[in-house]
Amino acid sequence: MAIRNKTRDNLWTLITTPTIWAVHFVLSYGSVAYGCAPNENIFQGIGGYRIFVGGLTVVALGAIGFLFFRALGEWRRNGGRIPHEEDSVEVRERFLEFSTVLLAGLSFIAVLYTALPAAMMVDCR
Amino acid sequence: MSDVPLDQSATRWAGKSDAETAEADLNFGNVPPASERDQDDPDVRAGQEARLRHVWAEPKGWRYWSAVNNTEVGLWYTATSFAFMLFAGVLGLMMRVQLSAPDNDFLTASFYNQVYTLHGTVMMFLFAVPIFEAVAIILLPQMLGARDLPFPRLSAFGYWCFLIGGVFVCGSIFFGAAPEGGWFMYPPLTTQERFSPGYGPDIWLLGLSFIEVASIAAAVELIVGTLKCRPPGMRLNLMPLYAWYVLVVAGMILFAFPPLIAGDILFELERLFNWPFFDPERGGDPMLWQHLFWIFGHPEVYIVFLPAIALLAMIIPTFARRPIVGYSFIVLAAVGTGFLSFGLWVHHMFATGLPAISLGFFSAASEAVAIPTAVQIFVFLATLLAGRVIYSVPMLFVSGALAIFVIGGLTGVMVALAPFDWQAHDTYFVVAHLHYVLLGGMLFPVVAGVYYYWPMMGGRRLSDKLGKIAFWLMFIGFNTAFLPMHWSGLIGMPRRVWTYPADIGLELPNLISSIGAFIFAAGFVTVVWDVLRPRKGEPYAERNTWNAGTLEWLAEVPDEAWGVRSVPIVTSRYPLWQQKNFMADVDMGRYYMPDAEEGMRETMVTSVLDAEPLQCLRVPGPTFMTMWAAIFLGAVFILATFHLWTLTLITAVFAVAAILVWLWRGTAMQPEKAEKDVGLGLKLPLYKSGPQSVGWWAMFITMTGDATAFVSLIFGYFFYFTVSPVFPPPMMAGEEIGPGVLWPLVALGLFAASWLAALLARNTNSKGAVGTARLLMGGGVVLSLAASAAILWGPYVTGLIPTVHVYPATVWVLAIWTACHGTAGALMLAYCLARSLAGRMTPTHDIDIVNVALYWHFMAGTALFTVATIALFPLAV
Repeated sequence: MAIRNKTRDNLWTLITTPTIWAVHFVLSYGSVAYGCAPNENIFQGIGGYRIFVGGLTVVALGAIGFLFFRALGEWRRNGGRIPHEEDSVEVRERFLEFSTVLLAGLSFIAVLYTALPAAMMVDCR
Repeated sequence: MSDVPLDQSATRWAGKSDAETAEADLNFGNVPPASERDQDDPDVRAGQEARLRHVWAEPKGWRYWSAVNNTEVGLWYTATSFAFMLFAGVLGLMMRVQLSAPDNDFLTASFYNQVYTLHGTVMMFLFAVPIFEAVAIILLPQMLGARDLPFPRLSAFGYWCFLIGGVFVCGSIFFGAAPEGGWFMYPPLTTQERFSPGYGPDIWLLGLSFIEVASIAAAVELIVGTLKCRPPGMRLNLMPLYAWYVLVVAGMILFAFPPLIAGDILFELERLFNWPFFDPERGGDPMLWQHLFWIFGHPEVYIVFLPAIALLAMIIPTFARRPIVGYSFIVLAAVGTGFLSFGLWVHHMFATGLPAISLGFFSAASEAVAIPTAVQIFVFLATLLAGRVIYSVPMLFVSGALAIFVIGGLTGVMVALAPFDWQAHDTYFVVAHLHYVLLGGMLFPVVAGVYYYWPMMGGRRLSDKLGKIAFWLMFIGFNTAFLPMHWSGLIGMPRRVWTYPADIGLELPNLISSIGAFIFAAGFVTVVWDVLRPRKGEPYAERNTWNAGTLEWLAEVPDEAWGVRSVPIVTSRYPLWQQKNFMADVDMGRYYMPDAEEGMRETMVTSVLDAEPLQCLRVPGPTFMTMWAAIFLGAVFILATFHLWTLTLITAVFAVAAILVWLWRGTAMQPEKAEKDVGLGLKLPLYKSGPQSVGWWAMFITMTGDATAFVSLIFGYFFYFTVSPVFPPPMMAGEEIGPGVLWPLVALGLFAASWLAALLARNTNSKGAVGTARLLMGGGVVLSLAASAAILWGPYVTGLIPTVHVYPATVWVLAIWTACHGTAGALMLAYCLARSLAGRMTPTHDIDIVNVALYWHFMAGTALFTVATIALFPLAV
């Protein structure tokens, strides 16, 4: 719901970045598990799946990064200040933006973690 | 608000009870609107209080058990959870006696198996998760300044389900019939008669499935409660942290429990009807159970842990004498943990031979989840450092919890590494780890919560002296019992062995563990004694005895049943600290809803983001119908365990009837007027349908959980597709494999038609074309019954036999799931038709059909995915 470069935050926007992590996680694990099933030839290479996970990671990190900077920018431009305990619609909006920034940071790290096995392992052993 | 201090001449300070006011004096229905009353007039307030007290009074005598109010139900729930916990604790002590010496024969091997299976099962399913629901049912409305949760009868229903299922599961051990397969019931050990004769696994499965119903009911209640029943002004950034945790945890239940229900369905079909889901000889795979169980089981650890941490987030600011440092960081931690905890499940399966890269993903997520977990701990430490800490018994338990949990967390980081886990897997090292995490992360915080909140519930503080004794016994006993288990595990002692030989170095650590377990038990018994000991002579604790800042401490001492005297306007995170004259204004009824003018139980519904008042919600009062519904539903599960099919069917009919009567009499009631003055010049509607009503949200949330279970079944289909060399199998040469395409597509068409009928019925009804709407509802009933029959006819007519191979069994499961939901959809439309004919549903009062139309959206999706999976997917591969 972008209105002139402004997002109206709510609980759904708050959980968008961890949802991206979840989708990235499921697709990474699912694709590799599918590629290796039924796991009889353990030296089978998984090059294609690794490229897929790599591409997926770039997309996921890009999306999370975009949401991170957008929330951070809106929070800063509008004078966001912790601890967000005042009673107004603006402060509630700032609170949601700031929490979105934190969750985006965590999701970014978590996506990187998820990508590491695909970066390091070459077959189905 | 005014600066006038509290006028203590109001009646409640004179200790009047409900019985002293005659019904006639209450003047129900003839009271002037709240905005016109002078709240400074003691007579006005006395009348209001008498009415509120009468309306919210708990039922007398044996009717007490028909209560549905959150205070009573929450108390029963908590007490029952603790009773199960003590039972499971005794089982734990029996295990420690058996293991205290090598080659011991205190218990037989078979009985030992039953004891450890029930110990784990009861602690997890009957204590750790239910205590969250129990405590939340008591505390959440208090913290939100609400009179009650939006669906009090649903809470009561959940409680009775929990009690019946729990007694059934626990009782089995007295007949030597308890399950023996461990709390995660791995097949094929538990599915095949030759390994697990008798009813044990069935009791486990059906008893716990029944309790899962209760958990999901509680999750629906708590999510809607948190989002829609906050006091006016309590925006998301002002919510108590406990409410954030409840929201996250209830959301997690919604996605974690349904996979287990799906797994239970497959498991029970294999046990009862020999459908080969987990039998490798017929294409099945026991790994599917492990996946489904741990997709539930790992988030469950956090479902247990987060609500207990939430108690710390309430206790710590009170004793640090300052607001929490880093509110947003707690929200980050709660939400982040909630998500990441779903990416950990395979770390329980590191030793099953999955490819290393699969393990790698889960190992990575298991390490990542340490980040938000640690953030919470640092936030607590920062709050304590920034404040002036008052030492007290609750804080003692808080510090013990943090110490123990951190140790458990660190061993958790160790076992999250696959190579380390391969060494420690299934040894006592893991037993030590999980007890450190669960007792540090859950039991110690809960006991801290008992000491902290008891003055609110029982009216008196617990003893400081006994509390300190209990703490040190528990803390020392716990570490004595479980620290040596790391050692015995690394020596190589496997978990779940009923005895061990002498001379391999296990005698000493086991003896120490057993001694520690009894010291710990002595500490816990001290807590129980402190709670239960008679204390008639002792004075009441003063109100808000710890001088806390959040709304639950508005509770009067001794307690009043009405929840809050008036529903306050909240403008801060700690209103009792930060809003001037707050308690007096609440008590003088200067806020909203200071009265029960019509003699109805009411609470306020507000908007999700900023808690703007939306509705004055009438909530239903005491009834036995929820108990009957639970009894009949429990009977269905129990009779099915023993294969008494005729009786099962009869009780199922009774259960449905009880639920229908409950709904008919107690939901979507038409108010006598459209809106009501709730005070301060605010008028609120009494009836709302659609996305602003609590019922719509409850349907949406329930169906999200239902959809998760359905997706788990679909996952099962594609899991078999992935692990089988050829799927569907080329098993019946020359014959059509699968349910065909014709009948599934016919079913899909009929489902689509009934979906349209439901939507059109909703729209025409709201436009006033009641006759058309009734026709559409009736047509929808016929269409959806026909659709349900058609979806079953496909696999039947092509001769799919579910016992020969996992493929037909999977197709049948999906078809039956869809047909059952189609039948439920037909029943709902028939119910709406009856409501319309009875005049209980009209164009303006249309909650029923709006919610049923919402159900039909999910139903249409279910039909689409089922048909796409069973009929169209095989064409594509």
